[in-house]
Amino acid sequence: MDRDTVIRVEGLGKRYKLGATVGSYGRLTETISDAAAKLAKRVRGAPVEARVRGYVDALSDVSLEVRRGEVVGFLGANGAGKSTLLKVLSRITEPTSGRAELRGKVGSLLEVGTGFHPELTGRENIYLNGSVLGMRRQDIRRRFDEIVEFAEVGRFLDTPVKRFSSGMYVRLAFAVAAHLEPDILLVDEVLAVGDAAFQRKSLGKMEQVAGEGRAVIFVSHNMGLIQALCDRAYLLRRGRIAAEGSVPTVVNEYLGSLTTTVRVPVGERDDRRGDGSVKITHLQVDSLDPDGVIRTGCRLKLTLHYESERPLDRSRFVISIYDTTRTGIYLLQSDAKPFLPELLPASGTLSCVTGPLAVTPGTCYVNFAVIRAGVTADFVDNVATFDVAPEQMYGLRQLPSRDAAVAVVDQQWWIGAGEEEGLTSRILNPSLSA
Amino acid sequence: MSVQAALEALPGAQAPDVPVTVIQPTNGWIRLHLRELWSFRELCYFFAWRDVKVRYKQTLLGAAWAVIPPLLMMVVFTLVLKQVAHLSSYGKPYALFSYAALVPWTLFTSALAGVSNSMVANAQLVAKIYFPRLLLPLAAALTPLVDFVIALALLAALMLAYSTAPSAAVLLLPLLVVLTVLAALALGLWFAALNVRYRDFQYTVPFMIQLGLFVTPVAYTTSSLPRAAQAILALNPMTGVIEGFRWALLGTPAPSGATLVISCAATILLLGSGLAYFRRAERTFADII
Repeated sequence: MDRDTVIRVEGLGKRYKLGATVGSYGRLTETISDAAAKLAKRVRGAPVEARVRGYVDALSDVSLEVRRGEVVGFLGANGAGKSTLLKVLSRITEPTSGRAELRGKVGSLLEVGTGFHPELTGRENIYLNGSVLGMRRQDIRRRFDEIVEFAEVGRFLDTPVKRFSSGMYVRLAFAVAAHLEPDILLVDEVLAVGDAAFQRKSLGKMEQVAGEGRAVIFVSHNMGLIQALCDRAYLLRRGRIAAEGSVPTVVNEYLGSLTTTVRVPVGERDDRRGDGSVKITHLQVDSLDPDGVIRTGCRLKLTLHYESERPLDRSRFVISIYDTTRTGIYLLQSDAKPFLPELLPASGTLSCVTGPLAVTPGTCYVNFAVIRAGVTADFVDNVATFDVAPEQMYGLRQLPSRDAAVAVVDQQWWIGAGEEEGLTSRILNPSLSA
Repeated sequence: MSVQAALEALPGAQAPDVPVTVIQPTNGWIRLHLRELWSFRELCYFFAWRDVKVRYKQTLLGAAWAVIPPLLMMVVFTLVLKQVAHLSSYGKPYALFSYAALVPWTLFTSALAGVSNSMVANAQLVAKIYFPRLLLPLAAALTPLVDFVIALALLAALMLAYSTAPSAAVLLLPLLVVLTVLAALALGLWFAALNVRYRDFQYTVPFMIQLGLFVTPVAYTTSSLPRAAQAILALNPMTGVIEGFRWALLGTPAPSGATLVISCAATILLLGSGLAYFRRAERTFADII
């Protein structure tokens, strides 16, 4: 290993068995009955086959090198393997193949505030959290004042952290982690917390860590942060390294991969409902942004192709866009405005262009239905999915996450009720303020 | 960025003996890595410290909870069990006789419950941070010692009140305490690891503890049982320990050599297998917890 190489990863892979481990834990009875069945087969001399459940490669054949003083970014969509890679490198979970060698003390920051106990005071949690992250008690004591100052929670040191505001909580947690002095720091998107000022401060701290000759691996799907922070980047896609190199190159590659022209040959789906008098055979979803990326604020173009035996009259095409929890986000209806003629040809293509999407970043799902004279002619569920990439909108400093909200809305804030100055009406009617 | 400059300013400034971590799949049984465990001893202390601190936060009676359970059990045993069953207590006051057993029994049960639950209770840590997983059960086994010391102080006061002096065997008390903690750890390691995969064991442990009280000579003496039953009872790691406690503190007859040997052997067997199973299961903890 080269003197300056601090991380070398060769052919690393992590395979999860499906059903057996992911998501749920096993039931004892199931395991026992499995084992009993196997035993019975063995006794009878029958061949014993493992229960086939399939598997998923969260990482496969990942090789990389990181040198001292480098800040290396890992980009990738949700589920691309970023977090798994960090978990393997920080030894939380074992790889199933390959090898990694890390030279120096490793500190990992996969979540802000891991190991904080709500009942303990700020002071107590600094010691506890520091120790959990791998600091020695004397190191914590030595850096205690620095941590408190960085977190700006001095007055509340002896208050249980369960009474902290979430901002204070996060600041304290990051401050502890930032003062751990590892040779290699593994960070997972934790910077996406706190207010803007604190984020800047945190970024500065990370740059300083790198400046001291240590290595930082930073994982995110926030391209802005990667660009601000990293010297070099890797792009992960479905557990593999899809690109590596300078940050702009990799970011472009990532954007390219986001170019989600979703084209679905729906005609092949046989799990459809309806009387079958009309059939939608193709559906395509495009972003109208120049780079083709579907993001918050972009306009969508949906194109569908349908086939029928006779020309269609009194027909309604409905496309629903909904989220993971099956909450509807948008319902697009061909008769919402009188654009289309009463009678449609027996087969053809319909297009629909939407206004700017006010959806928060995350995954969206699509299904559609054709309704003729009040009767469902064709319905297919879960036709397509697409990811909405984050994008600043309405000048908001940060978009809410999908967990927090489905939609974004423009907003204005001021101090006081504002009625006496007629502020509300001025905002509602900007022309009056002139 | 200033990284390049930093690199040039520090040519080869790497410390001579940098720890190198090698990550690769492991197969079969894994070694204990006691050296690594030792290097993390501070974290073990912090886990135990956290649990002690948190235990009595926002409680009215605070540390009194260390003595309330064994004390109440003693009262019930003395008022009810003794009257109904006419139990022998080697001529010692029954209250003292039962409390001297309830103190180590409570240590055993709280350690066992704590260890069994240690992985699941710290699921968030296990999923997000690396440390030798054995630290959690270890810390959980040590935490109840604080309560134990308080309960032991009350026992000393009771002995004073009944003017009962300990025998010379009291010097063996630390050894008996170690045996208690080891027994709880031995059994608890199995449950801690199994609990990660099958939450069934969450319900098993409290039930086992309830049952255990009847198959451990806490309220009665082993000698009052038939010989065959005595041998079976000795398989329970706590039998020898409880009898030993009373012998050391109250001067009751010493447990038989056979009982001690069987109890210790059971503990060692459970501990060895528990450690092996825990280490083996540990590889997938973070994935399934």
